[in-house]
Amino acid sequence: MSSIPHDHVAGHDHAHDHRPSGIARWLTTTNHKDIGTMYLIFSFAMFLVGGCMALTIRAELFQPGLQVVHPEFFNSMTTLHGLIMVFGAIMPAAVGFANWMIPMLIGAPDMAFARMNNWSFWLLPPAAILLVTSLFVPGGAAAAGWTLYPPLTIQAGMGTDLTIFAVHIMGASSIMGSINIITTILNLRAPGMTLMKMPMFCWTWLITAYLLIAVMPVLAGAVTMLLTDRHFGTSFFNAAGGGDPVLFQHIFWFFGHPEVYIIILPAFGIISEIIPVFSRKPLFGYASMVYATAGIAILSFIVWAHHMFTTGMPLAGTLFFMYATMLIAVPTGVKVFNWLATMWKGAMTFETPMLFAVGFLFLFTMGGFTGLVLAIMPIDVQLQDTYYVVAHFHYVMVAGSLFAFFSGAYYWLPKWTGTMYDEKIGQLHFWTSFVTFNITFFPMHFLGLAGMPRRIPDYAQQFADWNLVASVGAFGFGLSQLIFLWAVIKCATGSGAKAPAKPWEGGTSLEWTLPSPAPYHTFETPPVVK
Amino acid sequence: MSAAQTGTTPHYYVPQPSHWPIVGSVALLLMGMGAAFWMNDVAAGRYMLGAGFIVLLVMLFGWFGTVIRESEGRLYGKQVDASFRWSMGWFIFSEVMFFAAFFGALFYVRNLSVPDLGSLGGKLVWPDFAAGWPSVGPYVKEQFTPMGAIGIPLLNTIILLTSGFTLTLAHHALKENNRGGLKFWLFCTVALGITFLGFQAYEYVHAYQDLNLKLTTGVYGSTFFMLTGFHGAHVTVGAIMLTVMLVRAIKGHFTPDHHFAFEAAAWYWHFVDVVWLLLFVLVYWL
Repeated sequence: MSSIPHDHVAGHDHAHDHRPSGIARWLTTTNHKDIGTMYLIFSFAMFLVGGCMALTIRAELFQPGLQVVHPEFFNSMTTLHGLIMVFGAIMPAAVGFANWMIPMLIGAPDMAFARMNNWSFWLLPPAAILLVTSLFVPGGAAAAGWTLYPPLTIQAGMGTDLTIFAVHIMGASSIMGSINIITTILNLRAPGMTLMKMPMFCWTWLITAYLLIAVMPVLAGAVTMLLTDRHFGTSFFNAAGGGDPVLFQHIFWFFGHPEVYIIILPAFGIISEIIPVFSRKPLFGYASMVYATAGIAILSFIVWAHHMFTTGMPLAGTLFFMYATMLIAVPTGVKVFNWLATMWKGAMTFETPMLFAVGFLFLFTMGGFTGLVLAIMPIDVQLQDTYYVVAHFHYVMVAGSLFAFFSGAYYWLPKWTGTMYDEKIGQLHFWTSFVTFNITFFPMHFLGLAGMPRRIPDYAQQFADWNLVASVGAFGFGLSQLIFLWAVIKCATGSGAKAPAKPWEGGTSLEWTLPSPAPYHTFETPPVVK
Repeated sequence: MSAAQTGTTPHYYVPQPSHWPIVGSVALLLMGMGAAFWMNDVAAGRYMLGAGFIVLLVMLFGWFGTVIRESEGRLYGKQVDASFRWSMGWFIFSEVMFFAAFFGALFYVRNLSVPDLGSLGGKLVWPDFAAGWPSVGPYVKEQFTPMGAIGIPLLNTIILLTSGFTLTLAHHALKENNRGGLKFWLFCTVALGITFLGFQAYEYVHAYQDLNLKLTTGVYGSTFFMLTGFHGAHVTVGAIMLTVMLVRAIKGHFTPDHHFAFEAAAWYWHFVDVVWLLLFVLVYWL
């Protein structure tokens, strides 16, 4: 793309820098790299918290009967696990990548609104505090599932109110973060970096940010109606007053389905950066990738009711949402085939980032296929709220988004820390994750097809074997993530080989023109892209 | 650095570390937790909520004050100005989507849930219920009078439309460097906004005292008060923004080619204006 000398960069590093030291630096920072780091650390911490909740669930489901936790608490665990993983782990991780990488990929000095960027991050800990506090209030945490359906949500205790305010705060954080990202991409690109020359990660984030701004306010509206129904006597979701609980499902999934693409599109972007580098070929079909991403985003607004096939809907509505949902397989297929074509006849090597990228490609595609199965209304009627659904969305969210984020972390850790990660540890992390992930979630397809319902702490005897397998796999998967922590700590403490400016010979984007670790301030004078 | 790079793009202004964001986070934590406690009758709740609100006000004064000083110190170039324009546009889009959720709820109850409750299935549970609009649903038995469109709502429509007009006059005056005109028309806009809010408050008192129309009056009350209430809250915020602009205009801020804060407030004001027109048609009139 461009190769300009930047000896000027290091000189600028301490020219106008009066950053405070210690904790105050992190509380007040306006630097996109500091904020990106905080996002990523927060996200991993939440990943461990949500992971412990998942392991509580798997411990209870290890065998039939009630042995580890009270059923009410089990419901709180499924609810908080979902909320924390979606809003606390995956979305902040994606924003962390955006913060670190978008300014460096487009040659900008920082994010467009550096102070607001700080606030976007520092709103997340208060939201996490509200969610975790809710475990300790009378009545316990929200227990109606992460989808917060009424009437259950209307009847629950104070924990639900704390959850509602947490959702409001996280929504504000997402909207501010998204406005920041869109503005940065549209207004701060280096001269010569046209939109269609931008790295794919910036494109996917541009479209993700648009989705976030469009749907987070809708979620805010939905939980506000829950709040007023709970405490101020409104009747939005109360049939006796002329409302309808199904109304909540419509509003929630109008947010919820674009949310699915909010979770996966940044992951697509990371994969689109990494596969070309390790195939030593440019990305196949760049323009079609852009159009496919936009196509997915547009379609995401007209498919929400496929989450509600069993709720009751006119047949015409069902058919519309079924076909519209299946249509999404077209742009998604374009992406998958483009990645395959990128690899085709490439000089491929399989370092950890590429392993996770290929693992992503394989497992995400499987998750996509089960999604297609679930889109078929008559089949969905059978599979609604079974473990088949659980298997499906963990294939796209864990083996999809999470694997892509691991891939991106190994890929950019040398640039972030200046130290190469330990390839052996990385490969160990990949293979243990890959194997235990499948041990955990593949059997859930069988359980779901056999009719095991989700969100229930106990089950019939015939489901015992595969639940046992899944629980063993889950603990293995949980432990595997400590290997990642180990790899990152080694990089962060500088124990390992020193990373060159461009550790990957196939790397072409702007961040590889900077030294490793990247200086505190980069591209204060924009580079010129040819 | 090559000569070709110099002068092509001005250096982007990246602010120094700031403590205002974390102050804002503390405020929202106090408010969120305080509100949850207060709604569940925990004594400390209202104090936390109040304290959080005060901290939020301090943060808003401090943060916006900093931005105003930076702007008046001419630290913002053309590129920063473009960033502000993009961001305000996207912020207003997010507000549009927030209102869309409530308008969507109104559409749903009027066209789907209330007719459904009056259809064959609903009749099995509530045989006496006749669907129609306005409706309080089959179980709420209160008698009430719906809010008519002619009267205060029509008057408020005229007031808000006029305020949009006077605001545009203020903007033209600013661009022609006519400071007197700017202050006069801006003052008129704020006055009209406050008049609107006064009428709205009077209408609410009238609804509660004379029409027996309350927030709890079934789904009609829910949609009526939530839609007009959130709109009123946005008018309040818009009026505060315009008041700040008026104070700044009196202090001598803004030049004919450097006044995006004014324009942003104006965009916001026109946005609440458009929302009102939709409210007038969909909530009051039809």
